[in-house]
Parts: sequence; structure tokens; C-alpha cells
Amino acid sequence: MSVAAHLPALQVVLPLAAAPLAVLLRNRTAAFALVLAATWAAFAISVLMWQQVAASGPLSYALGSWPPPWGIEYRVDALSALVLMLVSGVAAVVLPYCRASIEREIRRDNHYLFYAMFALCLSGLLGIAITGDAFNLFVFLEISSLSSYVLIALGRDRRALLAAYQYLIMGTIGATFIVIGVGLLYLMTGTLNLADMSVRLQSVTSHRPVLAALAFLTVGISLKLALFPLHQWLPNAYAYAPSAVSAFLAATATKVSVYALLRFYFSVFGEGAVFKQLPMAEFMLVLALAGMFVASAVAIFQDNLKRLFAYSSVAQIGYIVLGISFDSVTGLTATVVHLVNHAVTKGALFLLLGAVMAAMGGVTLARVRGIGRVMPRTTFGIVLCGLSLIGVPGTAGFVSKWYLILAAMEKGQWWLVFLIVLSSLLAVAYVWRFVEAAYFRAPRADLAQVREAPLALALPAWLMVGATVWFGLDTSVTVGSAARAAAMLLGAVP
Amino acid sequence: MNELALHPGLLLIGGALVLPFLRGHARSTAVLALPLAALFFLWQLPDGTLWHMQWLGYEISPLAVDKLSRLFATIFALMACGGGLFALGQQSRLEIPAAFVYAGSAIGVALAGDLITVFVFWELMAVGSTLVLWSAGTPAAWAASRRYVMIHLLGGVILFAGVTGHLIDTGDAAFARMAPDSIAHWLILAGFLINAGAPPLSAWLPDAYPEASWSGTVFLSAFTTKTAVYVLLRGFPGTEFLIWIGLFMVFYGIVYALLENDMRRILAYSIVNQVGFMIAGIGIGTEMALNGAAAHAFTHILYKALLLMSAGSVLAATGRRKCSELGGLFHSMPLTTICGTIGALAISSFPLTSGFVSKSMVTQAAIDGHLVWVWLLLAAASAGVFLHAGIKFPWFVFFQKDSGLRPADPPASMRLAMVVFAFLCIALGVWPEPLYALLPHAVDYAPYTAAHVLTQLQLLLFSGLAFFVMLPWLKRTPTLTLDTDWLYRVPLPSAARAVKRIHQRGQRGANALSGAIVARLSAGVRRHKQADGLILRSWPTGSMALWVMTMLLAWLALYYLP
Repeated sequence: MSVAAHLPALQVVLPLAAAPLAVLLRNRTAAFALVLAATWAAFAISVLMWQQVAASGPLSYALGSWPPPWGIEYRVDALSALVLMLVSGVAAVVLPYCRASIEREIRRDNHYLFYAMFALCLSGLLGIAITGDAFNLFVFLEISSLSSYVLIALGRDRRALLAAYQYLIMGTIGATFIVIGVGLLYLMTGTLNLADMSVRLQSVTSHRPVLAALAFLTVGISLKLALFPLHQWLPNAYAYAPSAVSAFLAATATKVSVYALLRFYFSVFGEGAVFKQLPMAEFMLVLALAGMFVASAVAIFQDNLKRLFAYSSVAQIGYIVLGISFDSVTGLTATVVHLVNHAVTKGALFLLLGAVMAAMGGVTLARVRGIGRVMPRTTFGIVLCGLSLIGVPGTAGFVSKWYLILAAMEKGQWWLVFLIVLSSLLAVAYVWRFVEAAYFRAPRADLAQVREAPLALALPAWLMVGATVWFGLDTSVTVGSAARAAAMLLGAVP
Repeated sequence: MNELALHPGLLLIGGALVLPFLRGHARSTAVLALPLAALFFLWQLPDGTLWHMQWLGYEISPLAVDKLSRLFATIFALMACGGGLFALGQQSRLEIPAAFVYAGSAIGVALAGDLITVFVFWELMAVGSTLVLWSAGTPAAWAASRRYVMIHLLGGVILFAGVTGHLIDTGDAAFARMAPDSIAHWLILAGFLINAGAPPLSAWLPDAYPEASWSGTVFLSAFTTKTAVYVLLRGFPGTEFLIWIGLFMVFYGIVYALLENDMRRILAYSIVNQVGFMIAGIGIGTEMALNGAAAHAFTHILYKALLLMSAGSVLAATGRRKCSELGGLFHSMPLTTICGTIGALAISSFPLTSGFVSKSMVTQAAIDGHLVWVWLLLAAASAGVFLHAGIKFPWFVFFQKDSGLRPADPPASMRLAMVVFAFLCIALGVWPEPLYALLPHAVDYAPYTAAHVLTQLQLLLFSGLAFFVMLPWLKRTPTLTLDTDWLYRVPLPSAARAVKRIHQRGQRGANALSGAIVARLSAGVRRHKQADGLILRSWPTGSMALWVMTMLLAWLALYYLP
């Protein structure tokens, strides 16, 4: 078999193998080069697979040549191809940024360990998206979670340690719930292969354990994806982690959890079981709306910009879940599109905030007063991303909101359209707080020596900002893939 | 795609982003050259749809030119140039760039061939105008700008909902003639009318415009309401209910302007009044009426800018804005007096001024359409216009009692801007053919017939007589006039405060209750609160876990109940 046939395995194995090698190298430059090579290779692989899937349908790869359902299956379909591309793409942009960024934030002799953890986290996230096996999914979830606890704890701020600890406790509870759910499913079906599980669930007569499994999985994954009110671990974790880690996790971690939720709901339990027989849609709708409004309102009162935008992430997750609750092709398209668009927007935002952090030593609103004058490009980039969070036409955020509104209208729910637009006004308020501080407050006296961000930080950040604008103008990649994924999830096409 | 640079609106907006980095002569040159370049490129564009794009599966055309859009884009570019000239001496470095973004997006609306582009530029216009207002830098302007932006965001949301509905109903984004026959179209109409200053939200206009700087009001007067007139002309010509909206605005403007003491608020109310004439014309909907509305928008921008320039000169020179504190300025500001008077004559449709050749088309259309009541009301309103703006403004500001103030005429750039606009007001009145040639429909109308001129002169004469007879009652005392904006300036905030109080009380109760429960469940968790301030505001781990349990129980209950 040629290398091309092994792409699904290489997707995960390359970063996974890079991690221990980076530790053995014990040299930060060598470790950086190695992990960078693995990450870029992973991105290239994901793009190749995305093209293959778009052209000729899902890929299935039997690990160790054990055919499913006995062996572990790696399965790449329209949705996972998109998520893989998103995760590895964000990693490919963030990693070069890390080198300049962690220079200031992490002790030098720990750098090689940082790269090793980054590679581990990446392989865990990619693994979740690619695997077709329930237990394997749990394992990858743990790999990504454990490494992200370490990454967060590396933050320079002392509070990072506590944030990481809280995330660890919460993440462990979530993972426990997930493994209980998977265990119950295994008990009832006798298989761990997701596709096989879905088939066998049809013939299971006793529903109670299956429902319990659904409850455990829902709560466990909701915790990982920071669905309101299970979001409390998120703001501190994002706020005190090293800048590059904030950017990477904000763009990928919760998104991959959304993927896992979609996978379990639509590919395992089936849309009919989740949405038609249970009042799931209403429940998710309420939580999504609560998240959109409460988290946005809390964001308005934050003084630390990283915390502010972390709360905004919780609100944006509300939009993503809102799309799921519509249980329609348009709604799921909105979910998947927003998954990508928000990842790109928030990634760009946190990368830019990292540049601000490096220049100013902090990102509280009081500290960034007048920053528009000394770092005009960075400030403008943050404003652009803010516009995308609001959903201004011409930015990625608008496209997702547009599909959400379409989905709401399809259901004839004008009041929801109104609420979606209204919650955008809350986003206007918190973005405005930054604009006001950056452009209209007198700068602090010590701002004179501050310089615009160096190229090593600015270039990756602007790549992401560019993507934010690009996805707002040309929607063929995002909406095209998302529509395919949504149709696939609802069983219209394989 | 080499046409990209040639979108006159984007040219102006792009230039506005460069302006803050220029100083001295380079800045002055750019301020004058940018709008002229936009005007030049505008006239290089051929008719038809020039840009095609695909966006979200809709065909959009951000650059489409026909006679109507060219007319409005022309006057917007002219206005940007004249306003820029007048504002050259403005200290605020933000104002002219913001005004150019504002003007550029107004041109963008005029050249938009589809509703999505209209919406984008519409919102950009709201941003630009808010910044203009805000750059005045006073606390009053800051507060007014916040009320202003809220009204316009509301209008934008309504318009957006309408556009979305329209796209879903028809699947076509093209900006063509609509009828108010569906919810979506009503929403679009409402969004347009809010910007036109129509009731019940007319009050945003006289609330906001007078708070801008002496030069900012000149910009503000020109674009927002007139783009609204433009989109109504294109989207809803002949919608009968607009006649009544227009008439309401006409009289609303007159009544409040007569009661008002602040000279720029008088002129702001008269904007509502004049836009009322245009909207009534759109409602009548015959070719003559539409021509009249378009022509009136064109001339109105010129003379209203002239009036506000003279008021701005007075404000800049004296720092006073109330009629009761002004007067007798003709002694030391002869040029400003003359220009202000020319503007006042033009707004009153005095023969040989631009107002005469445009407004008479609207009234003529009412006669031709046998709308007797409409004609009578419009004629009565014309007399009222002379009363409130034609005489009242120049009389109280430049003549009447001597206030003892002796300020000099303003600097050269401001004088030049006023002279140029005064010249245009008279030139168009004497020689209206070039304007008529620009109008969307063929014009078969001669303004200067003996009967016409005579009627108008009689009307003006009698209302002039009435003014001086009633002068004792019209003398302004330093008063405030109450308008509908009071509703959202006073009772709404206090209602909000009341809700907040109730909410706080409720919250205190809920807190006490949940506090008792939490205290019992997790007494140990509280020790974590000893950590430093920021952590105190985050959630303790224990209560996070409590939420997880709650959620799990909720899900389980939910699943097992049915």
C-alpha cells in the first residue's frame, strides 16, 4: 500500500510520535522544528483527505488491518474532514507564533516540554475527530485534556495554576461521565465501533440504560464544550494560560467537543431518538439562549480582555448549540459554519491579544488605554475580529448568524430571529468597551516606548484575521463543507 | 477588476482612512480633492450594473448607475466637498474623516444595485454620522450621540429583518420597486422611514443634529435623511400612505420650529419639514411628483447646508445658539447675513432661488393628480416654511434687537464655502435646466409662469405680513420644547431603574434562598473564597461540580419522565 492509503493513521501518528521525540531531544530549537514539521505535515494530510472526501465520499481505515467492528476504525467523513482541517490548520498557524510568544512567558529550559505537550494536545484533538471507536475517542479526549491542563498551568500568572487545577477537576468529571456513558452503551450493544453501535441500538429493547448513557454523554460533553451553565472552568483557563495556548485552545478544544456531541447525537443515537422522542431540542434551546445572553452580559463587565473574550466564547458556543437545537439541515449548517468561523475569529483575537500582552505586559482595559496610537495594526485587527463577533456583514461571523437566522425562519420562529439579532447588540457593547479604551482614552505615560508587534507575532495573527474576513466574503469552503456535513449527519447522504 | 478603485463611495471612504495621517496643506488639498475625484469618477461611470458578485448564493451588484442614483451621488459628493471646505478650520481631527466615511457610504447607498449592499452602507452611514456627532467633544454631544446611535441601530435591525425576509420570500437581492404588501416589505419601509425622520421617531433628528460642532451639523443635515428619500424614491414610489406621513412631517416641523429658540434646532426641525415635502411627493408618485421630490432633495441639501453654515459661523464666532441671546449681527457679519438670507429665501421657495424651481414641482403634481386637500395643505405649509425658517431664522439671528455682539465674519475658507453654496442656490433658481436634465424622468415643466410667480409672491407676502403682525407672540423666550424624545430620555430610563430595583430585590431574595441551600450543601467550599480578589469572582470548584450534578439530574429526570 502506498503512503496515500495510510493518511488517516499518519494524521494522528505524526504529532503523537513527535511528542516523545521532542522530549528526548531536550533542545528547544530542535523540538520546535520537529513539532512544526509534524504539525504542518498533519495540516497537509488533512487538506488532502478533505479533498478526497469531497470528491469520493468517506474514508475508512482499519488500524492494524483489523477490520471494523473488531479493530479500531478511523473514519473520515464530511464533518470530521472539516474539523481535522480546522484543528490542524489552527495548529499550523499558532505553532510558529508560539516560538516568539513563549520566549517571554515560559522559562527557557521548559520550552521543549511545551512543544511536546502541544504536539500531544494536537494529536489528541485530531484523534477525537478521526476515530470511529467510542473508547478510542475517550482515550484521545484524555490525551488532549491532560496535555491542555499542563499547557494552561504553564502560564506566567500564578492564577494559571488554580485555573488549570479547576479545569482538571471539571475535565475529569466530564471525562468520567463520558466513559460511564460509553460503558453503558458497550454494555447494551457489545460493540465499541460507533457505526456498529448505531445499528445495534435499533434492536435494543431496554431503553433505560441507553437513556442514562445519553444523559451521561450529554452532560460530560456539555462540560467539555462549556455549554452554559457548565462553562465556569473556561474563563479562567483562557485568561491565565500562555497567550499561544489561549489562542490554540479557544480555537480548537471546545470545537472538537462540539464535534463529539454531534457525532454521538446524530451518528450513534440517531436524530430521531434524540430529538423526536425526547424534549431535547427545547432544553438545548433554553440553555443556548441563556448562554448567549448571560455570558454576553457578563462579558460586558469584565476588565481583563482575555476574560472578556473568554466569556464571549461561551456566548458564541450558545449560537453553535442553538443551531443543533433546530434539528434541521440549515440549523446544522449554521452550527458547523459557526464552529469554523468562530474558531478562526477567536484564534485571531487571542493571537492579537498575545501580541498586546507581549508589548504592554497585560491586557486589562486600564492597561490598553490609548493602544490604538502605539499599536495601530494590532488594534485594528482586534476591532476586525470584534466586528466578526458582532456579526457585521463582510466578516465570517455574519455568515454563521445568517444561517442561524435562516434556520429560525424556516421554523417560523420570528421571535428567535429577534433574539439572535438582539444578542448581537450585547456583543456590540463589549467590543465597544475595547474600542473606547483603545482609541478614545488618553494613553498611559509609559506607552511611549511600546512598539508595534514584531513580525513573528503579527504574521500568524494576521493570517487568522485574513481568514476571518475571507470566510465572510468567500463562503464556498466553509458553507460548502458545512452543508455537506449537515446533510450527512441527518442521513441525506452517506 | 480594475474598476474596483473607481467606486466613488469607496474612494471617499478609503481616502477618509488616510486623512488622519495628513497635516497642513496636504490635508487641506486632500479634503477638497477627494470629493471632487469621487465626483469625477462618478461621471466617468456608464449607466448600468457595473459590478457583479456572488455572495451567499445571491447575486449582488454593489455598483449600479442610473439617472436617479447619479443625481443623488452627485449632490452627496458636492456636499462632501462644500462641507469639507467649510470645516477646514475645525480643530477636531476626527470630524472630516468621519464625515467622509459618512458621505462615502451615502454615495454607496445611492449606487447600490441590491438590498444587501444598501444595508451594509446604511450601517456604515450610521457609524460615520455618530462619529461626526461625537467629534464635537461636548458632554451633550456625547449623550446625544448615544441616543442617536441607538435609534439608528434599531432602524438597522428593522431594515435587516426586512431585507432578510425579502430575500427569503423572493430569492432575489436586487433593489427594485416594492409595494408594502408583506411583513418583510413593511419592515424595510419602516427602516427607511426611521432614517427619514418620520413619525413617531422624528425626534431623533432635532435631538441630535444641533449638538454637533459648528461644522458637523452641516454634514449631518445632508446625508441621512436624503439617502432615506433616495431609497424611498427607488423602492416605494406611489405608496399612498407616504403622502400622509409626509404631510404630518411638514406640519410637525413647522409647529416645533415656530416654538423653538435654539437657531440650529429651528433649522433641524425645518429639515423634517422639508423632507416631508419630498416624502409627500414620493407618495403622490406621478413622474412629475417623483421628479419634484428628487429635485427638491438636491436643492434642499444646498440651501440647508448654506443655512447651517451661516448658523455655524455665528456659533463659531459667538459661542451662542439661542435666538434670545443673538441679534443685530448684520453690523459686523455682513457676508454671513447675506448668505444666510439667501438660504432663507431659497428654503421659502422665493422666485429666482433653487427652492422655487423644485418645490413647485411637488405642488404642481398634487394639482395635476387632483389631490385638492394635499395641494391645499402643501400650499399652507409653504407659507409656514417662510414663517419659521424664511423669516424667523434670519430675523432673530441677524436683525431684530441689537444684542451688542460685534463678531467678525468667519475665516476665508468658511466664507468661500458659503459664497459658493449661495451662488449655487441662485444659479439653479435662475437657470434650472441643468438640474432638470439630471432628473430621472423627462421634465416638461416651466417654473416661471406669471401665475406661478404671482401666487408664490402673494403667499410669501402674506405670511411675511403675518410674521411681523404676530411678532410679539413669536418673540422667543429661553424655553425648552418637549418632543417625543422626552419619552425615551426621561420615563424610559426611570422605568428601567424601577425594573432594576425590582430585579435587585428579587435577586436578593433568590440569593438568600440559594445561599442557604448552598451553605448547607457545601460549607467546606467557602474556604476557597480566601484566595485573592479575582478568584473570588470566579466560581469555586465545588459549586461548578454542583452544577454538573444538577444538570445530570435534570437530564435524567427529563428522559425518564415522558
